[in-house]
Amino acid sequence: MINDTLQSRRYVIAIIMSAVIVVYILRLFTIQVIDTKYKNGADSNAFLKKTLFPPRGLIYDRNHKLLVYNKPAFDIALIMREIHDLDTISFCKALNIDKQFFINRIEEIKDYKKNPSYSSYTPQLFMTQLGIEEIATIQQSMYKYPGFYIQNRTLREYAFPTAAHVLGNIGEVSQSRIDNDDYYKQGDFAGRDGIEYTYEEQLRGEKGVEILLRDAKGRIKGKYENGKDDIAPKAGQNLTLTLDVQLQQLAEKLLTGKVGSVVAIEPSTGEILAMASSPTFDPSILVGRQRSKNYMQLVNDETKPLINRATQAQYSPGSAFKPLQALVFQQMGGITENTMFACNGPESSPVKCTHHHGSPVSLLNAIEQSCNPYFWNAFKTTIEKNGYGKKNEIFRNTYDDWARRVKLFGLGSKFTDSDIYEQARGYIPTQKFYNRVYRGVTGWRAITIRSLAIGQGEVLVTPLQLANVMAAIANQGYYITPHLNKCDSMLKNIHQCGIDKKYFPIVFEGMSGVFEDGTARASRIEGLDMCGKTGTAENSHGKDHSIFVGFAPRDNPKIAIAVIVENAGFGATYAAPIFSLLVEQYIKGKIARTELRDRITNLVTNSNVQER
Amino acid sequence: MYKNVSIRYALDWTTVFFYVVLVVMGWISIYGASYNFDQASIFDFSQRAGKQFIWIITAFAIGGALLLIDSKMYNIFAYFIYAGTILLLIITIFVAHDIKGSRSWLVLGPISFQPEEIAKMATALALAKFMSSYNYKLKNWKDLLPLSFIIFGPALIIVLQNETGGALVFLAFLLVLYREGMNGIVLLIGSFAVLLFITIIKLSIIPIQVDRGTLGMILGMSFILFVEIGYAIFFGKNQKEALILLAGTFVIGLVSYFINIGFYLNYNYVAIFTVLASCIYWIVIEIFKRYKRYWMLALFSFSSVLFCFSADYLFEKVLEPHQQVRIRVLLNMENAPLGAGYNVNQSKIAIGSGGFWGKGFLNGTQTKLKYVPEQDTDFIFCTVGEEHGFWGSTLVLFFYWLLLMRILRIAERQRDQFSRVYGYCVASIFFFHLTINIGMVLGIMPVIGIPLPFFSYGGSSLWGFTILLFILLRLDAARLERLR
Ligand SMILES: [Zn+2]
Repeated sequence: MINDTLQSRRYVIAIIMSAVIVVYILRLFTIQVIDTKYKNGADSNAFLKKTLFPPRGLIYDRNHKLLVYNKPAFDIALIMREIHDLDTISFCKALNIDKQFFINRIEEIKDYKKNPSYSSYTPQLFMTQLGIEEIATIQQSMYKYPGFYIQNRTLREYAFPTAAHVLGNIGEVSQSRIDNDDYYKQGDFAGRDGIEYTYEEQLRGEKGVEILLRDAKGRIKGKYENGKDDIAPKAGQNLTLTLDVQLQQLAEKLLTGKVGSVVAIEPSTGEILAMASSPTFDPSILVGRQRSKNYMQLVNDETKPLINRATQAQYSPGSAFKPLQALVFQQMGGITENTMFACNGPESSPVKCTHHHGSPVSLLNAIEQSCNPYFWNAFKTTIEKNGYGKKNEIFRNTYDDWARRVKLFGLGSKFTDSDIYEQARGYIPTQKFYNRVYRGVTGWRAITIRSLAIGQGEVLVTPLQLANVMAAIANQGYYITPHLNKCDSMLKNIHQCGIDKKYFPIVFEGMSGVFEDGTARASRIEGLDMCGKTGTAENSHGKDHSIFVGFAPRDNPKIAIAVIVENAGFGATYAAPIFSLLVEQYIKGKIARTELRDRITNLVTNSNVQER
Repeated sequence: MYKNVSIRYALDWTTVFFYVVLVVMGWISIYGASYNFDQASIFDFSQRAGKQFIWIITAFAIGGALLLIDSKMYNIFAYFIYAGTILLLIITIFVAHDIKGSRSWLVLGPISFQPEEIAKMATALALAKFMSSYNYKLKNWKDLLPLSFIIFGPALIIVLQNETGGALVFLAFLLVLYREGMNGIVLLIGSFAVLLFITIIKLSIIPIQVDRGTLGMILGMSFILFVEIGYAIFFGKNQKEALILLAGTFVIGLVSYFINIGFYLNYNYVAIFTVLASCIYWIVIEIFKRYKRYWMLALFSFSSVLFCFSADYLFEKVLEPHQQVRIRVLLNMENAPLGAGYNVNQSKIAIGSGGFWGKGFLNGTQTKLKYVPEQDTDFIFCTVGEEHGFWGSTLVLFFYWLLLMRILRIAERQRDQFSRVYGYCVASIFFFHLTINIGMVLGIMPVIGIPLPFFSYGGSSLWGFTILLFILLRLDAARLERLR
């Protein structure tokens, strides 16, 4: 069986293998015995790679006001083997820590389970993110504590105590992030949420390195080859946000003492002018050493200040849904601007009207007066326009068509092309959902889902989505994905909503009427034609949520806003004045109605909300 | 007649002895590499040495269990094992967590496992079965296709897992093919291709006269011409043609130099033009003088040019920047202090500082200071070099040599081709790992992260190598069963 002609090849293979091993032994002999370069050099040729941290990119608002910058911070590192004759008491005193803390910290560093990369030869972080005042004392006496070193770093500092949710914060990187990104090492800091997270790679810059020589005992002997191979850190790129810090601050101020949120968008660009969520906190409390303590407090707060309600809270839009409905009904051919329906006021059935006005009602008056029976009838007419068909198939298809058109306004899903990290999806119920809930394809009809007509029931939206719907209406049929980074590439995300231009004037007229003779008369601004809509979202956990959406001015809209104040009752009382004040600030540049502003600021709807 | 021979008599205890010696040496080195002066026992299970002890004990158990399986099973189930492994490799891509870009680790409770360690064994079995099958001939083009599928199928999947180093190990099987009759020229051409690729990529960053070509391309073309001249002299036995070629090259070079004084001329294209011209020259000679096999030389040169071009193109245009960096690291082109060059430099210093006698067990400072990266996995040999010096490192290499020679001997004494091919597979895989790993630590091989058999920390690789070796021992023990 053995092929004899190939027998000799076994020797070729054996020779190749032997040759490699001989070459390696010769190489070892050169390195270890002949060449003295390594032998003598080794002791002084041990490198210490010292990481130089780059300053993080600065963050500006849309008017180039500096929002976030850096201040120097310091870490105290130690090399366990170099510590000797330590006067623990004076050390603790200089750092203003107690002895027990010191002992615990040393234990933690030595614990392999908590600190797997521990070596008594390499620098270990003892304390991080100390401010310049905190190390002032110890800095001069550092020579007394051999084995301890001071490392430079930077910390975030905030020019205004505002926009905590938008900006996000910076925290120590998690193990999974270290595993997934070679850039990070244990103990590094990175953006945790908000803009700091989304634009982490842009903001963080590039670390540099300084190569120092050490002797066998680990003592630093200076730079390696005069810093020939050192790499200077590269500062992070600056970021300009779309926020208007003045508007942002006003929005947060107006929400004081309340739970809720405000989103303001420039319709023509999709740029978010303000995004406030209340309760909020001063972003600077999550910086430095007090971070973890404050963070735990925020986590445990019942009012959940860490949640960005503007993008993560979901509400039934209530009557704020009506302008969008009016457009979709017209586009689907269910109604025209001349369609009238009867309204019996509070006696109407199956949907009651909360207002008293003449009957029959026109579309214009229905928007102005927020007439529920009108929208129910219009909804029914629209989704029943082709009849029901066998097994309700035609009806269900018409419903699907309606849901699809509503979703074109950015509802029911996240803005995937946006740079907002934390977003809730909202919900526009699907045909499947109703088939399941009502046990079968024939289990539900228009009357079953009547609450959808007036924005109640299963439909859920986020304040961001609501503001975006307003921007889309202000633009007469399209929106640009709402975003926070002021740059041209974001402007390319244009989405058409599939509504013909001719259907808009009546909706504009109706929404304008809300301020003239409608539900928001009290929030008029003299000399400014605004469009808006109140909403009152039913809420199973207590008082209704007060909602107001709208845009201004009516011609060439500059700002579209959604305001939600939780458990505050009727939309006109809380949300509408906030809308009005924000418009005044943005369009006129200052608030003339200071009395109104102060009154709204001092209103408290939730006594648990704390100021931070 | 088959006879049941007790495994105790039939087992090749010499190999087992070498195996145990290497495993124990590795264990001690791992203890040395992670020793910190302030930690206690080698059996501390929270430490790497303690964990390795568990891996070693389990590896022994696995080895023992493999010896109890009937040797015929390996032959019968070879394809099933292979197919199962392929499936496992594919599943791994989708299931595995991304660890620094690579998706090659399966996590089952407390155990992490790299299926590629099994894949080597499975491929060896499948290869042995296929090559020992009736009527198989290596020279048959029809049989070559399934053969390359068997070898490079798993390698390709491992590349998809982003474990390029692990995939390269499959090149080791070429040595097996050579033993079984593959034309030796394939090995030579393969080596030449590697040489060309490294030259082109590594020296492509060195420009000639600022922007008139690169050293890599010109040197690459010179290599091709060099081979042509050598062929003409030694095989064609015609020095006149070699001389004409040399003169032609010289003239073209000179002319292009003078043209370049007044005009812009890229020397890369001049070099390529020269080689292509030489191809035409060989074909002309072939047609008119009917010298032997000059058309093959022309074909070789032409494909070499094509290869150089595609290597360059592939590298610059098709590969993503981070992939380019990875290859540059492989070629030691990234000499940044944070890059691979730094690691190798550190490992050379650590080994060099060991001197002839070493610093003594647990006294190595370079590895302790954690200057050497991955000191207990890929760079474990550093610890040996530093703590036990030249004599210790040589001893380790000597034991590897003994093991390799022993495996070759075992392979050659097999009566059936299946066992022999498998034996060569085992030897080739060990040899490849050894060459790359120690070569890397010594700074004469590119930095490719593959473990040193039996030495590197990690259950996955230790188990893989143990399984590989003990299947061979089982096959070898069965040899006596058939004799009597
Ligand atoms: Zn009404």
